[in-house]
Amino acid sequence: MTDGIGARVARKEDKRFITGKGKYTDDIRMENQAYAAFVRSPHASAKVTGIDASAAEAMEGVIAVHTGPELKADGIGDIITGWAITSKDGNPMQCGIWNPMVTEFARYVGDAVAIVVAESQDLARRAAEKVSVSYDELPATVFADHALETDAHQVHENVPGNLIFNWEIGDEEKTDAAMSGAHHVTQIDITNNRLSPNAMEPRSAVAVYDEAEDHYTLYTTSQNPHVARLVLSAFYQVAPEHKLRVIAPDVGGGFGSKIYIYPEEIACLWASMKTGRSVKWTSDRSEAFMTDAHGRDHVTTAKMGFDADGKIVGFHVDTIANIGAYVSLFATATPTYLYGTLWSGTYDIPAIYGTVRAVHTNTVPVDAYRGAGRPEATYMIERMMETAAREMGMDPAELRRRNFVKEFPYQTQVLLQYDSGDYDALLDMAQDAANVSGFAARKAEAAGRGKLRGIGYSTFVEACGLAPSAAAGSLGAGVGLWESAEVRVNPVGTVEVLTGCHSHGQGHETTFAQLVADRFGLPIDSVSIVHGDTDKVQFGMGTYGSRSGPVGMSAVMKALDKVEIKAKQIAAHVLEASEVDIVIEGGEAKVAGTDKTMGWHEVGLAAYTAHNLPEGMEPGLKETSFFDPVNFSFPSGALICEVEVDPDTGVTEIVQFTAADDFGTIINPMIVEGQVHGGITQGIGQALHEGVVYDDSGQLLTGSYMDYQMPRAADVPSYTVSHGCTPSPNNPLGLKGCGEAGAIGAPPAVINAIIDAIGTDNLQMPATPQAVWTALQSAKMPMAAE
Amino acid sequence: MNNVKMTVNGKAVSRDVPDTTLLSEFLREDLRLTGTHVGCDTSQCGACVVHVDGRAVKSCTTLASSLDGADVTTIEGIANGGDLHPMQAAFNTHHGLQCGFCTPGMIMSGIDMVNRFQADGKDLTEEAIREELEGNICRCTGYHNIVKAIEDAAGIMADMAKAAE
Repeated sequence: MTDGIGARVARKEDKRFITGKGKYTDDIRMENQAYAAFVRSPHASAKVTGIDASAAEAMEGVIAVHTGPELKADGIGDIITGWAITSKDGNPMQCGIWNPMVTEFARYVGDAVAIVVAESQDLARRAAEKVSVSYDELPATVFADHALETDAHQVHENVPGNLIFNWEIGDEEKTDAAMSGAHHVTQIDITNNRLSPNAMEPRSAVAVYDEAEDHYTLYTTSQNPHVARLVLSAFYQVAPEHKLRVIAPDVGGGFGSKIYIYPEEIACLWASMKTGRSVKWTSDRSEAFMTDAHGRDHVTTAKMGFDADGKIVGFHVDTIANIGAYVSLFATATPTYLYGTLWSGTYDIPAIYGTVRAVHTNTVPVDAYRGAGRPEATYMIERMMETAAREMGMDPAELRRRNFVKEFPYQTQVLLQYDSGDYDALLDMAQDAANVSGFAARKAEAAGRGKLRGIGYSTFVEACGLAPSAAAGSLGAGVGLWESAEVRVNPVGTVEVLTGCHSHGQGHETTFAQLVADRFGLPIDSVSIVHGDTDKVQFGMGTYGSRSGPVGMSAVMKALDKVEIKAKQIAAHVLEASEVDIVIEGGEAKVAGTDKTMGWHEVGLAAYTAHNLPEGMEPGLKETSFFDPVNFSFPSGALICEVEVDPDTGVTEIVQFTAADDFGTIINPMIVEGQVHGGITQGIGQALHEGVVYDDSGQLLTGSYMDYQMPRAADVPSYTVSHGCTPSPNNPLGLKGCGEAGAIGAPPAVINAIIDAIGTDNLQMPATPQAVWTALQSAKMPMAAE
Repeated sequence: MNNVKMTVNGKAVSRDVPDTTLLSEFLREDLRLTGTHVGCDTSQCGACVVHVDGRAVKSCTTLASSLDGADVTTIEGIANGGDLHPMQAAFNTHHGLQCGFCTPGMIMSGIDMVNRFQADGKDLTEEAIREELEGNICRCTGYHNIVKAIEDAAGIMADMAKAAE
């Protein structure tokens, strides 16, 4: 079947995007459209002492100005977090209270103070500038490693010392014993730089209140519209669920930043009710840098112990994670259960222990960004392997091989049980593709041009397929993380698949259709995928954590199983055969070993005319399924980066990048490769270019694309990507998930290559020319050209 | 307010617009051609690229009132009836888009660079394509397949130009 599983099918959804007919939230305009702009705190930490909106309200075309205290008085709830973490002393975490708009204290630059609604976007923005807010400025706490110091300003009254939790995982006693008996101990002190996700479509919301029906509709840039509706309804009391429809139409990238339900969505819904107008807000890029949840921002000290043969005996980690001013939806899960549980990496480590202290600062909330915790874990472990190999005089690839997990399932010391993998095979594949044996010659040739050439490795494993609901619940999750699907066969045989996943670039309209094409031998053009609308799809948890394949597609497979059973019963009845003799392929139901067939459309028609169905069978051909995975899935990979550093300028050029990944079964290799390319590029961005910078007072210095360096086409090479396959036993298709792998694996490969080139590991991300040049000087390396 | 007359995608349009209206706003809000996107406020991302008198411009930094008499082409205007422009088709064939938000600007920039290089008789190499994309940011694809798409479309456009001679 040409359109089935494994086929390199061009995307069905492309036509609307390449012709300019995509329908993104900001493209929507209602008949009674009004526009919102937000008055935002220019201070990182301040008490609001007064708001005078009279000048703004007097402007012609300004409809209303509303403030935080008004919103609170109307009973709109505080913004919640979805994952409760328990500290190692048994105490529950302490979170600062997050009012959707400031009621008393502004806690980061960009904290919303008031919403202005006007007849045009331009007018709303001009009016917002006329709202006069009086502030008493307060000291600000900005940096993770300062937040716990005694002189740090306390961000929230109810969070002493800014410590949200001090979480632990692993066996401290066993690890201490292992480390003290180690032949060699390597210590690294690293930061994981703070990033802005930067989906190209800025966030946007169109809120529509229908007074006659007392009903709300929210069009929004969301990765998970059902979760948005649940949270808006159950926790923020905007409207009961049956009176609130959330639609996430075409969404221009998410990378985690569009999981969360932000203050602007709440305020627009509320303002729509207050004004009786449809209220639209669209972020500009400066606002996005200020208010979209950031990612990463860890400070870590890690120690790894080895025996005389280079075998790891113990691993100890101490991390401070900057959570920002408020605790966002997944903010507490990211530096704990998506981070500490991955500390074993691809290695068999007999003793692991570590702590994570999460802290409040006067910065925008930090939450899951592509990879979410797993890039931080991978970066730490893989830098550790590079430094340890250098210290012990070993080849970094050989040190990895000596410690790889080789038998599966593998129970780590940090909760997770890896499902399947072959890490040696992936490293072989990557080394062959990267022509590692020719590296010495390439290095010598580069030296002749005055360039320092280096090679860097990263082998990673990550946990995808979020998540087994009961396990997640036992660890503090506020929701189940299953997925739902509905498969509707229409009377003419065309098929609609409704999924609770949401596609914002992943290509679900093609890959989900391939599952149906594969099962029944139908062309994918006769299958359509419906997603992103709470009125159409009954429920779902959305798309993040590389879950749409392992969890979302598994739900579709279960629903297809049910459809197939019923279709066979109908065909057997009509064709007067035994059900076990019916096969469905090539768009037909056939009686095996005979020439008796009926077309798929005839099966559909028989189901809906219901003139001749088996005794007792209900009419119709539509099935629903929920899939709750029994375990995570564990994609893995080996990445090899080669760089050339100009010792005079510190400029790093990535000259070769090779990835060998194991995503289990692959539905559409073209789309999987695209996910890998994009992920690697974001990883290169983190390694070389990107970094959110706040100054000591909490002012955001990287507020536009002139200050925050996004990777451009000329900054990256073409990639060499290949795949191994050890199917996951934890879902029907053997899928593992591919969306985050590149961003998880790439940063340490790049940095390790630079370390190899410049001969020192005294380097933090982003490895800008200045940082690399400074590291080179500190190492007093002889210049290659000399 | 200024009265502005221009040709957009082959159709004559006339509107009264404030002096401050950007071409991107004019296209999106006045003409409801929402294929032209705005992804930043500093003229960096290139999601807003359209063609004015045959040259690529960033519509987010062009005032509509400055374009009286201009011939403007947007992403909605490059297909020939039901036939996609070769650049559009190549983005589909090579998976040169994921979320689609930067895509209109990428396609318009791609067509522009191919036209300029062909007019100058220069070879549009991979390196040249990457340099030429300096003003277009994509967060999804890592550029790999965008470069392949533009390379492929350049060949098809060259063949078409030859056939037309």
